[in-house]
Amino acid sequence: MLRQASSHEENRDIQKRIVWFFGVIAILLLTLLLRAGYFQIIHGDAYFELSENNRIRMISVPASRGIISDRNGTPLVNNALSFNLYMVPADIPSLPPVIERLSSFVEMQQEELIQIMAQKREDAYLPIKIKNDLSMKEIALIEGHSLELPGVKIEAEFKRSAIYGSLAAHLLGYIGEVSQAQLDSGVYDNVRPSEMIGRSGVEQSYDGVIRGVSGQKGVEVDALGHEIRILNVKEPVQGDSLYLTIDLNLQQVAEEALGGRVGAIVAMDPNNGEVLAMVSHPTFDPNILSRGPSPRLWNDILQDEEKPLNNRATQGQYPPGSTFKIVLAAAILETKTASPAQQVHCRGYYPFGNRNFMDWKKGGHGAVDLHRALVESCDVYFYEMGTKLGIDPIAKFAGLLGLGEKTGIALQYEKKGLIPSTTWKKRVRHEPWYPGETVSVAIGQGYVSVTPLQMARMISTVANDGISYPPQLVLKKRQYDTGFISEFPPRPGETIPISKKTLEIVKNGLIGVVNEPHGTAGASQSQWVSMAGKTGTAQVVAIKERLRSDLRRKLPPGLDDHAWFVAYAPVDTPKIAMAILVEHGGHGGSVAAPIAKKLIEAYLKNSAPK
Amino acid sequence: MIERRSISGYDVAFFALLFTLLGVGLLSIYSVTSASGRSPHYLRQIYWIGLGLIAFLVMAWIDYHQIVRLAYPAYFLTIVSLLLVLVMGRTSLGATRWLSFGPFSFQPSELAKISLLLVLAKHFSEHFPRKGLGMAELIFPGVIMVIPMALILKQPDLGTALAISSVFISMVFVLGFRSQFMIWSSLLSLISIPFMWQIFWNNLKGYQRNRLTIFMEPSTDPMGSGYHLLQSKIAIGSGKIFGKGLWGGTQSQLRFLPESHTDFIFSVFSEAWGFVGVFFLFVLFLLLVLWGIEVAYKAKDPLGALLAIGIVGLISSYFLVNVGMTLGLVPVVGIPLPLISYGGTSMVITLGLLGLLFNVKLRRFMLFY
Repeated sequence: MLRQASSHEENRDIQKRIVWFFGVIAILLLTLLLRAGYFQIIHGDAYFELSENNRIRMISVPASRGIISDRNGTPLVNNALSFNLYMVPADIPSLPPVIERLSSFVEMQQEELIQIMAQKREDAYLPIKIKNDLSMKEIALIEGHSLELPGVKIEAEFKRSAIYGSLAAHLLGYIGEVSQAQLDSGVYDNVRPSEMIGRSGVEQSYDGVIRGVSGQKGVEVDALGHEIRILNVKEPVQGDSLYLTIDLNLQQVAEEALGGRVGAIVAMDPNNGEVLAMVSHPTFDPNILSRGPSPRLWNDILQDEEKPLNNRATQGQYPPGSTFKIVLAAAILETKTASPAQQVHCRGYYPFGNRNFMDWKKGGHGAVDLHRALVESCDVYFYEMGTKLGIDPIAKFAGLLGLGEKTGIALQYEKKGLIPSTTWKKRVRHEPWYPGETVSVAIGQGYVSVTPLQMARMISTVANDGISYPPQLVLKKRQYDTGFISEFPPRPGETIPISKKTLEIVKNGLIGVVNEPHGTAGASQSQWVSMAGKTGTAQVVAIKERLRSDLRRKLPPGLDDHAWFVAYAPVDTPKIAMAILVEHGGHGGSVAAPIAKKLIEAYLKNSAPK
Repeated sequence: MIERRSISGYDVAFFALLFTLLGVGLLSIYSVTSASGRSPHYLRQIYWIGLGLIAFLVMAWIDYHQIVRLAYPAYFLTIVSLLLVLVMGRTSLGATRWLSFGPFSFQPSELAKISLLLVLAKHFSEHFPRKGLGMAELIFPGVIMVIPMALILKQPDLGTALAISSVFISMVFVLGFRSQFMIWSSLLSLISIPFMWQIFWNNLKGYQRNRLTIFMEPSTDPMGSGYHLLQSKIAIGSGKIFGKGLWGGTQSQLRFLPESHTDFIFSVFSEAWGFVGVFFLFVLFLLLVLWGIEVAYKAKDPLGALLAIGIVGLISSYFLVNVGMTLGLVPVVGIPLPLISYGGTSMVITLGLLGLLFNVKLRRFMLFY
């Protein structure tokens, strides 16, 4: 009880100060209340107006994208200054009169403007891009009438400029405004709405390197939404520059050599997988696509039957035709299905079941061994050997040489092609494999399909004595501000399990194709550089028995054969390997091989020590 | 143990107050987070409130004399976990404040609030300064407070470090000083302020200095922290007398206002309800403080009184600093508005502390029966 009493004593001591304590809190609360009242009652109207038309805006300052150069540092894509027109919906009190006035100053229809502004936007303060590349006249008119154009503003920005127009368009790619779906995907974490990102090609696959990070500026705007002053700027981080593996000179020669024909060319350095040139025709102008083409133009491009946006080098899937005989030759030797010297008598057809499979040469090649079969591209030899091999060994060696699977090149939407096998047919077609189908596959027809890039890699691997490199597009990047250069180390090569001896025999055959009498590419023999290659003439329509060649010439162009040529040079120390495909071009030897000759001469003349 | 008598009509009023404040918070969180399609914050907040009420019951049920026995172990645990945070804590937004245990993570600085409260109340009640506090009586409690404060400052979490010092300050205020000590200490502190400021300033991180300079002169950087402050002021001011209604707040709804459901929820509330709403909120809070003060006043023993005062001081300082921050009276230090801001740890701890306060009240008459 005593303790209790003393407790009360002590408590009374502090009770007085507890009341004071409450007083202090109450006074502090009152101070805050007065402060709130000062804002809300005395300055309420002013703050209300500020909030109605929030005067302080954060505006994105785009980073300039890194420059893309060829392997020697010659710029292929850079940035040019452009004046673009924007509208900020929140600053426009009434849209129709502004649109009406604006349409008389810029070359745009009112309907077009209405359409753009009608799109639903989450943030009314986010500027909407109306038009790219204003002319000087348009700028002068808009600036002169700025008081009648609330919410309308012009920004000086960089536009992406592909210096050589459509050159290597599929490889370089184009850019476009980021879509809401892309923003939601979480891949583009430091991208803000309306920013430009790579949409295809290297622009897309190396977007993270070359895009940079946009900055922000805080500006105060007046009631019309026009900038009064800049309050602060967070500078953007400019994107890094890229040095591609492409050789501009070779690329130009290749573009020109393919010309107006539909097709693709891929040239690689077989020693490291660097892609030296990549052409796909028909092509497009990235400059137009990067600046946001009109919906009508987009539609035209998408509807185009020749599909100019498709990169035929990586996405086109074609039967390889006789170029596939390289695979067969390697498979025959490795599995010891036949010795190199073993001969087959070619009478111009190969009976199998109740059908005759025709050779391309009427009357046949006579007695041929492996070497002659490659040089003259004898079909009957490979019909017979292919049948002996069976489909699965063929598929195995095609796979070893990289056919029927993605090369892993840094380009979007690469296609796989198809190398058929018994398991594939069971899985996909729910049917057994018929031996008759092997006959067509043996000469690269039937179900087989490949991309030109795969073929370029395949011939590179053969040229490089069985060391296979994944194709590489970029050599190095250079930091914008520091100039620091970092190399993209080449991906390691893989030694495929095909003996050197086998490859030696195959290579001799390929040399013969160009350099021996009766070689199918004899016409493309170069005067001063030794090259090796293999022609292919791939049938487009499945014709059960080959049409006689004189009949075939009368086929309509859409049904004409695809012309193939795979080649490398120089023969002893290969520096360049390539695959050429001309859609419906006709004979590989007469159409595709001369292109290879041009490229090889141009490249080796250029790089030869002087 | 506890008689029905000990729960009076006054307590019913307390619970009415508490739930009104919680409701205000939920409604504000709902209004800013529901429209933007973000995950349902208000649902999670309800869940936190549920957990908090459990903490309330636990802290109210066990006799506070029993709870205080855990003071030193809890204090020790606090120091260990604060050290652990510095060594292996999770970093978020440039500051390392969290410890993770699998899916759970907690802020040891929150634990520091409770353990500091318990240790200081225990110490001062056991060594009750009958003639007021002098230098000698302040050394031990001072050290007890400075250790966790320094560790929290190091994280760096300026806001929490300052806020927990309020436990010490309120207890010391209520205990009173000896008059002689008052004179000497005020002289000493006047002299040392410039030096202390120097040390304090040098130990601040870049962004903390920025915040302080901006606080002194907001126009220097209207885009950074100044931007937040400016937008917060615009939000509050534009609410005028009657507010714009729950969904009418352009500042909050158009996302000019950052951290609108956490640290700046008062701005959201003010924009929606205007001065009338602010007045109402302040009255509610003042009544809550008054209830706590009454508990302290009528506490059975010094321990109860000190606990109650510490709790009232702590919660009030959070409220005052947070609201002061949104009104530009206090630097932007990033601490929540108790019972209203979105956030689990703050909610559970605050309700737990209120439970302890209720505990002191329940045991007021116990010995007489």
